[in-house]
Amino acid sequence: MRNIEAFPLSSRILHWGMAVMILAMLFIGVFIASTVGSGYHRLVALHRSLGIAILVLAVLRLGNRLRTPSPPLPADLPPVMKVGAHASHILLYTLMIVLPLVGWGMLSAGGYPIPIWGQSVLLPPILPHNPMLWAWLRSLHTVLAFLLFGLVLAHIAAALFHGLIRRDGVLRSML
Amino acid sequence: MSLLHRLYATRWQRIEKMTTNTHTPPGSILRWLGVIALPTVLTLAFLWAGGWLTPHRLTQASMLDALRKGSGMQSGFRRNHAKGICVAGWFEGNGNISSLSTATVLKKERIPVIGRFALAGGLPYQADAPGKVRSMALRLSPSDGQEWRMGINDIPVFPVGTPQEFHDLQLASRPDPATGKPDPTRMQAFRTSHPWLQPAMAQIGQRPVSSGFADDTYHSLDSFLLVAEDGTKTAIRWAMVPVQPAMPDAGHTNDHDYLFQQVIKDIHTHPLQWRLMVTLAGKDDAIDNPSKEWSQDDRQIDAGTLTLTGIGSEENGPCTGITFDPLVLPKGVMPSGDPILQARSAAYMRSFYLRSGEGPTTPAISPEMTALPATAKDKRS
Ligand code: HEM
Ligand code: HEM
Ligand code: HEM
Repeated sequence: MRNIEAFPLSSRILHWGMAVMILAMLFIGVFIASTVGSGYHRLVALHRSLGIAILVLAVLRLGNRLRTPSPPLPADLPPVMKVGAHASHILLYTLMIVLPLVGWGMLSAGGYPIPIWGQSVLLPPILPHNPMLWAWLRSLHTVLAFLLFGLVLAHIAAALFHGLIRRDGVLRSML
Repeated sequence: MSLLHRLYATRWQRIEKMTTNTHTPPGSILRWLGVIALPTVLTLAFLWAGGWLTPHRLTQASMLDALRKGSGMQSGFRRNHAKGICVAGWFEGNGNISSLSTATVLKKERIPVIGRFALAGGLPYQADAPGKVRSMALRLSPSDGQEWRMGINDIPVFPVGTPQEFHDLQLASRPDPATGKPDPTRMQAFRTSHPWLQPAMAQIGQRPVSSGFADDTYHSLDSFLLVAEDGTKTAIRWAMVPVQPAMPDAGHTNDHDYLFQQVIKDIHTHPLQWRLMVTLAGKDDAIDNPSKEWSQDDRQIDAGTLTLTGIGSEENGPCTGITFDPLVLPKGVMPSGDPILQARSAAYMRSFYLRSGEGPTTPAISPEMTALPATAKDKRS
């Protein structure tokens, strides 16, 4: 069954690059939503640009994931854990794509211009201007971001559980 | 497989071979600590970043709380400048400062404008009065999407220079429930603990008061930077200076909405115009502090003309579903280091989010009041 032992290099680079970006986004996100300080404007601008970069990379990564082989989980892993692992990976992919779309969509609905990379690119609105929708999506952005953070924590704990307790090669497959 | 990974693999595989068949190796406490350490550190860092571990940090929420202390909860309304009216028209730049800024809004072109006149303060049904601070908010939308939004007030300087001072002033000036007026001892305490704000407060107190919205001058108060083609930055403030002659206040103290009634009548009879007067900072002017007046000798440039031709209630008007965030700026205009600007951008977004979720309101200035006299008559018959 174990045709390959590790994720291909492309997957590992994407995984670690995006892990850093997503964690950074979660921290920047909760910070900008709770500050009126001097970094606010610049950090919100960074948050938009980095978020869109994550969206693009997540789509590429999904394509890469479906096209390249990935190592199977250890045969002796209890079925619950296997289901949990697969379900959580699917949910992680979903959130990596949906969360930036909600961010983009909410600013569209709020009637905000959406500049990224300085002022150089203005993203077109992807939803009609609608204040109720803006408020609703702004709440959803928070809920989904917190869900993503919880999932990332569980994912990291699981990875370390594989690496330190089970020592079954799963952590190594991503290093 | 990378070279690095191959090196790893041989080393790790050996370890793995020794342990693969032990389904649950005797996990020492240290290993379990290793599992939970990173998630714990991240959780703590997340809580810190979100301000949950620092209850005294100034946040959007605490700024809006301070504003609410003054006005109570006014569901669906702006958290400040709550009583207002929508206006529309256009802006026509004259190119006079095109050498200082690449902003397309400043070119010789007619650009559509949505705006709002309002009274400062969080009370949506407050009575109009001469001494109350009036505001103009504008969104200039050129065809290339490089919007310029601004919210500008008819006071010469801002009463405070930092977000913390704004917060503390809101708390100090909140009405005493017993009298409905600010508690003088609390205000006095704020004044004595902030002696450096005395000049600003005095200037605001002594400003000339015009008769209404139409003949009022509105100031950016905060400073911004113009960015030229070659990257040169010029610090500026600006004002919208009325083309209609400024009349002294005639004192209609008993009429609850007289300021709004007047501007509705004005715009229904003829367009109202303002000049965009841009002031370039002199070398001794404080760029990053809106409570500090600039020198009277600064160079001023007329950069264009605002014309307002339409007026309507907030209930169904186009100014309700947006926020006039002063940091929505076109390419060619940048925020200065003024800390108030950052706090405004953050607080306006939060206010816009909360009020939009709370749903539609019934504003003091209703669609019936803003209807053209002819259509009002049609409705009645
Ligand atoms: C993976 C991508 C993203 C993550 C992990 C993320 C995460 C977050 C988090 C955690 C918050 C704070 C929520 C709260 O505490 O209420 C936030 C707020 C926000 N996000 Fe995102 N976000 C992402 C993408 C985006 C994108 C693409 C945009 C816009 C184009 C965006 C725009 C915003 C805005 C405007 C706020 C509110 C800032 C404020 O309240 O002042 N986000 N985000
Ligand atoms: C924001 C942070 C992270 C995200 C969004 C994330 C996401 C993912 C996803 C979607 C997968 C499935 C494989 C793929 O398609 O790439 C995966 C696999 C994996 N991740 Fe992460 N990851 C994050 C952080 C981490 C960290 C910090 C660790 C290590 C402590 C880690 C260890 C692993 C391991 C060992 C696998 C392989 C699981 C398997 O063999 O199926 N990840 N990750
Ligand atoms: C830290 C200082 C300030 C805070 C926290 C603050 C807060 C607010 C809030 C929450 C709103 C309602 C926004 C909305 O719901 O769309 C508002 C509106 C407004 N503010 Fe401020 N403000 C501050 C400073 C200033 C300054 C310096 C000016 C003038 C130069 C100003 C002018 C305005 C105007 C004109 C509006 C009304 C905009 C409209 O008609 O929609 N504010 N302010």
